Amino acid sequence: MSDLRELYQEVILDHNRAPHNYRAVQDANRTAQGYNPLCGDQLTLTLRVEDDVVKEVGFLGQGCAISKASASLMTDSVKGKSTAEVEALFERFHLLLTGPPDVKADPKGLGKLAVFAGVREFPVRVKCATLAWHTLHNALKGEEQASTE
Amino acid sequence: MSALPSSKLEDEETMPGVVPPPPAVAAAPRLDPYKLREDFPILRRKVHGKPLVYLDNANTSQKPQAVIEATDHFYREINANIHRGNHWLSEKATEAYEGAREKVRRFINAPDSKEVIFVRGATEAVNLVASSFGQAFVREGDEILITAMEHHSNIVPWQLLCERTGAKLKVASINDDGELMFEELERLLSPRTKLVSVVHVSNALGTVNPVKRIIDLAHSRSVPVFVDGAQAMPHLPVDVTALDCDFYAFSGHKMFGPTGIGALYGKSKWLCTMPPYQGGGDMILSVSFEKTTYNVLPWKFEAGTANIAGGAGLGATVEYLESVGMSAIAAWEHELLAYGTERLLEVPGLRIIGTAREKASVLSFVIDGIHPHDIGTILDRDGIAVRTGHHCAQPVMTRFCLPATARASLAFYNTREDIDALVKGLHEVRKVMG
Repeated sequence: MSDLRELYQEVILDHNRAPHNYRAVQDANRTAQGYNPLCGDQLTLTLRVEDDVVKEVGFLGQGCAISKASASLMTDSVKGKSTAEVEALFERFHLLLTGPPDVKADPKGLGKLAVFAGVREFPVRVKCATLAWHTLHNALKGEEQASTE
Repeated sequence: MSALPSSKLEDEETMPGVVPPPPAVAAAPRLDPYKLREDFPILRRKVHGKPLVYLDNANTSQKPQAVIEATDHFYREINANIHRGNHWLSEKATEAYEGAREKVRRFINAPDSKEVIFVRGATEAVNLVASSFGQAFVREGDEILITAMEHHSNIVPWQLLCERTGAKLKVASINDDGELMFEELERLLSPRTKLVSVVHVSNALGTVNPVKRIIDLAHSRSVPVFVDGAQAMPHLPVDVTALDCDFYAFSGHKMFGPTGIGALYGKSKWLCTMPPYQGGGDMILSVSFEKTTYNVLPWKFEAGTANIAGGAGLGATVEYLESVGMSAIAAWEHELLAYGTERLLEVPGLRIIGTAREKASVLSFVIDGIHPHDIGTILDRDGIAVRTGHHCAQPVMTRFCLPATARASLAFYNTREDIDALVKGLHEVRKVMG
């Protein structure tokens, strides 16, 4: 039960119920689709990138609480960051989710994204938490499809 | 959408968690699920520290000791290749494998064991027929008729056939309860229809199709019928002679047997005129570079060394099911499904997907505001195994405008306590998800 509370933290449930940036960005110059065929989660990401900085980002789609909250918190946390900063943040976030179970997760520099530390105990849910990030990575690289398979 | 006939059973009046006495089922043979559970070693284990509540039987079923022992015995005592070698072990292995074919024939009441082809599972059986029947009988402009509730394995092989030949795939719709719209099927049955392929029991919805009626209709227009019986075999008595189907396919692992073994029943009038599916050893009588002569049925369709131990295990499986009795299984599961339906509807915001009048084993559902994937994770921590997702039936999900459902699927070894645990778990899900 306690690891379920770790997974479904209040912040995650809030973002699931009322996701931030749940919209299509007007004047978007980058877009990508994400799809997790295993559970059917899918999302569309739209961004406006100017001078290598993410100015605007929004998402639409459907998915479980983890994937929706992750997309919501991701859009909050990458706005205003350079593409290099976004990639570095994704790397750190990925490490938070997939690091060895006996090593305590390092939430440094992750801000609110640290609430996903509990996902580490649920390996099958890592893909849910990273779907939005893979999609963002592809959007920034100019690839329009992302899949977690 | 109503999920059950509105008449209230007495069960509903009792306190949640209190198991009422089972209502009398007239004249149906009874089974004791508590006693039968003892035959399944895995049902004694714990998951996440909780007793396992296994409700993912439509995905794959658990195996009784008799089946585990049969495959174990094969490898320990009589392992050898079959149909070749004149040594004692080869003879014993052949007896085990061919003996299993005869047991399967008896179990489905096929006229002749040469009409029972061993395959990897129902998927391979569909592919075999799509390939071989297709090569013999399907041409550009012809039609294959299926329903909107098929598993991907009864869609994609036909699509591949259509791509190869220029034939068309026709799909009969289902209604909001998940029942086949029979009149539409009848309308779509055209002079160009070469084959009707239909699921006996839907894995995503639990609908039991009126296969006998479909077969009679198709035969009245001289169209053969393939029945995907993967989800029917573990739950209902199946008699292919009474059904008069042209093909019937199933997988061992869904009916308490080993993985990687299943069977295709086919009328010999079709099997004899169909070309081999795969070439290789065992499916030939003689080979030369000029001319190869194919083996007779059933071996014509069994190229290469088969899953021999799996065959022996499948033989033990049908013997085990005969000892339990398929009518008793069907009666108990019917009772359990009614109980499960009633109890699930106690969960606020829960909606059952698949409310056909004739149903077997499957409780597919969604809960308002909670994604099935989250339901699955939370139930798992209580030791409760269900499947979440599209159940390899994406067109069914599309039909109901859902990305996914959670699905509890029953077997005869499930009990009212398993249902109670599920319902308790779902209340927990609602609590965790706020």
